[in-house]
Amino acid sequence: MFKLLKARLHQGYQTSRFPEAEIKLPERFRGKPVLDPAPCQENCSACAAVCPTQAITLDPFQIDLGACLFCPLCQEVCPEKKIHYTPDYHLAVNSKKDLKISEKEAKLAEALKTEMLKVLGRSLKLRQVSAGGCSGCEAELTALGNVVFDLSRFGIQFTASPRHADGIAVTGPVSKNMEAALRETYAAVPSPKIVIAVGACAISGGPFAGAKAALLGIPEDIPVDLYIPGCPPHPLTILDGLLRLLNRIKGSPSPFQKSGV
Amino acid sequence: MNVNSSSPSVFWIRNGDSIPLSRVPFYTPEDFRRICLEQVYSGGRLALLSSVPALYGRKGGKTLLALAADDENGKIGVLCADLEEKNSYLSLSSEIPQAQGFEREIFEEQGILPKNHPWLKPLRKQETPYPFFKVKGEGIHEVAVGPVHAGIIEPGHFRFQCSGETVHHLEIQLGYQHRGAEELFLRSSPERRLVISESFAGDTVIGHALAYCMEIEALSKSEPPLYAHILRGAALELERISNHIGDLGALCGDIGYLPGAAWFGRIRGEFLNWLMELSGNRFGRGLLKPGGVRFNLSAQQTENFLIRLDKAERDLKETAELTFNHPAVCSRFEETGIVSRAAAEALGMVGPAARSSGCERDVRRDHPFGIFRFYHIPTAAADTGDVMARAVLRWLETERSIQFIREQLTGLLEQSLEVELQTEIQKMSPEHLAVSMVESWRGEILHLAVTTSKGEITGYKIVDPSFHNWFGLALALRGGQISDFPLCNKSFNLSYSGHDL
Ligand code: SF4
Repeated sequence: MFKLLKARLHQGYQTSRFPEAEIKLPERFRGKPVLDPAPCQENCSACAAVCPTQAITLDPFQIDLGACLFCPLCQEVCPEKKIHYTPDYHLAVNSKKDLKISEKEAKLAEALKTEMLKVLGRSLKLRQVSAGGCSGCEAELTALGNVVFDLSRFGIQFTASPRHADGIAVTGPVSKNMEAALRETYAAVPSPKIVIAVGACAISGGPFAGAKAALLGIPEDIPVDLYIPGCPPHPLTILDGLLRLLNRIKGSPSPFQKSGV
Repeated sequence: MNVNSSSPSVFWIRNGDSIPLSRVPFYTPEDFRRICLEQVYSGGRLALLSSVPALYGRKGGKTLLALAADDENGKIGVLCADLEEKNSYLSLSSEIPQAQGFEREIFEEQGILPKNHPWLKPLRKQETPYPFFKVKGEGIHEVAVGPVHAGIIEPGHFRFQCSGETVHHLEIQLGYQHRGAEELFLRSSPERRLVISESFAGDTVIGHALAYCMEIEALSKSEPPLYAHILRGAALELERISNHIGDLGALCGDIGYLPGAAWFGRIRGEFLNWLMELSGNRFGRGLLKPGGVRFNLSAQQTENFLIRLDKAERDLKETAELTFNHPAVCSRFEETGIVSRAAAEALGMVGPAARSSGCERDVRRDHPFGIFRFYHIPTAAADTGDVMARAVLRWLETERSIQFIREQLTGLLEQSLEVELQTEIQKMSPEHLAVSMVESWRGEILHLAVTTSKGEITGYKIVDPSFHNWFGLALALRGGQISDFPLCNKSFNLSYSGHDL
C-alpha cells in the first residue's frame, strides 16, 4: 500500500487542462494544410498526380480533408512549396463541403441545434462502430479515455449498448460485411441521435476507397453531424470536434493555437 | 530436430531476397505435399501456403506456393505445385494444422479444393447460418458475442459452447473487416500502395510498411543507408513498446487494477508522441518509404528523447513492479488461458504469443533484417503459456526494446553518423519473386511479391501475424470460463483487420 501511494505521488497529476490551456503539438505533426494563394507554374499538376487518394483538385485549387491521409507527398513534390501542413489540429466540420480546404479561411464545426443541445449538451453517450477500420481510429478513440484526455470529464462516454446511446461514432470505410451491422446499430439508437464520422475511411473510404469489399465510408442515407478528418485523427482533433458540437468550444482558435507554436 | 538444409527439395532463400521466377521449383501436387510435410515434420514451419494467380500458367495451370521457414538456419524454402488444369489437391491440414487457415483461404479466393480438409469453413466470407461447431449434451448452451462489441474494438463474432460456466469450445468467426485490401493493393499506384500498407493493421503501421519497403528494395536490389536502418529499427521498437504497454494497461483495466491501467495507459502515450515527433503522426505514418526514411532525428531531438526515455523507463519499472507483485493480479493472470507448447507449434503460432508458450521464434533473431543484421536484441521467452506469461513477456520485451533504442540513439550521437535518409530505388527486376519478413510487435509479418516481365508487381500476398494466432486464442479458452475471455483476448490482442485484409 505504501509503495502504491509513493508511486501515485511520483506519477503525479497527468490530466491535461485542455481546452482551457492549449496543448502544443510538435512541429512535424501534420494537421491543417495551408495553401499559398499565389498562382502555380503553368501546367503543373504534381500534387494532384501524386496524391494517393485524389484529394486534390486544381481548378479550383482545393484539398478535400475528407479524403486526405496527411501523408505529406503533395507537400514533398510541389516545386514551389505551395502546400504546407501545419500542426493546427482543429479540423472537424459539420458538412462535407466544409471539408474542402482552399486558400481561404476554413470553417470549423458548429454546435448542434438548441433543441438537440438541450438533450445532449451535458451528457453524450456514444456507441462505437468499427466497420472495416484498421484500428488506428479506434485506438485514438480509446486514447480519449486515458488519464491525459479523460473524456468523461466532459460528460462524454462510450457505452456498451446502442440502446443506451445518443449516437454512433463510426470508423472504417464500411466493409460490406459490416454494412448490415452498422445499419442495425444505427436503428437501435433511440432518437434524437447523432452520427460522427471518425477518420478518412468513414468519410470517404480513405486508403480503401474503391476496394471491392467496402463502401466509400458511411452510406449517404445515414445523416452525419460531425466529420473528423485524419488518418487517424489526433485525439485532440476528435476532442475539439466533439466539444464544438456540444457548444463547449466556440469560434476559431487563436493564432497562437493555429500555428501550434 | 534439424531441417536438412542441403535437401534439394526446396529452393532456399533468405529474408529480403529476390530470385528469378525460373529458379522456383515446380512439383506435382503429390511431391509438393510430401515435401511440405517433410519440412514441417523436421522442425520447419509453414510461413505461407497460397495460390498466387501471378504464377498460374508458368508450368501447366493453376499453382500452389509454399514458403517453409527453417528458423534455426535462417532460411526460407520456396516451392510450387503445378495443379495443371485440376481444381483440387489433397489437403495438408489434417497432418499439419498450421495449414488450415491457408487452405480455407485458397478455396475461398481461388476455388481450389483441398480435398479431405477437416472442415472447410468460410474464412472471411459471410455465410448464414454459419456452420459453427456444436457441443451437444445435457446442460450445454451457446453464448454468442459480436460482431459489434461493447467496447471500442474491431468487429468479430465469438461463439462459446458451455456447460455452466465452463467453456468447452470457442469458435471465432472473422471476415467482418474484409475490405479487399490485397486486391486493391495490387491495382494501385506505388504511392497508394505505401499508404495502404500502413493501413493493413493500423496498430502495426511500421511493421507492415517496413515489409512492403523491403519488398521493393529486394526487387530493385537497393540497400537503404545505415542511418535509415537505425531509424526504422527504432520506430519498429517504439511501435512494439507502445502496443505492449498499452495492452498491459488494458489487462490491468480488465481485472480492475486501476493504477496499472492508468499509468501504463499514460506512458503508452509518451511512446506514441515520440513517433509523432519523429514522423508527424502518432503511429509513424509517413516515416517509411522504399529506399529509406523521410525524416531525420536532430541531435537536439535525440538528446531530448534519451532523457525522456530514462524517465519513462523509471515510471514503467515502478508500475510493472507494483503490477506483477500484486496478489490480485497474480491470482487472476496465473494459470488462466493456457496454450501448450505443442499446440502453439502445431498451429504455427508466432510472436510473443508463441514465445510465451515456449516456442522461441523471433524474426529479428532467426531471419535478421535491417538493423537487426548488425545488432541483436536478446529474445525473451516464457513457458507457462498463460495470461501471466503473455503479460510478463510483453514487459520483458519492452525493457529490451528500450535498451535497444537507448543504444542506437546514443550511437547516433557519439558516432555522428552521416544523415543519409534514403537511397534511390532502381528499376525492379523482371520475373522475380521476393519475400520479406518483419518481427512486428505481434509477431511475424510476411509479404511476398511477384513481378512481370516488365518489372511491375503483379502478385502480392500479405500474412499478418494474427492469421497464425487466432486459433491459439480459441484454444486458450478451452476448459476456462467465459469471464476469462476478455483477459485472454487482451493478452493476445490480435488484429481483425490484419487477418481479414
Ligand atoms: S497529404 Fe493529403 S492531399 Fe497531400 S498527397 Fe497526401 S493524401 Fe493527398
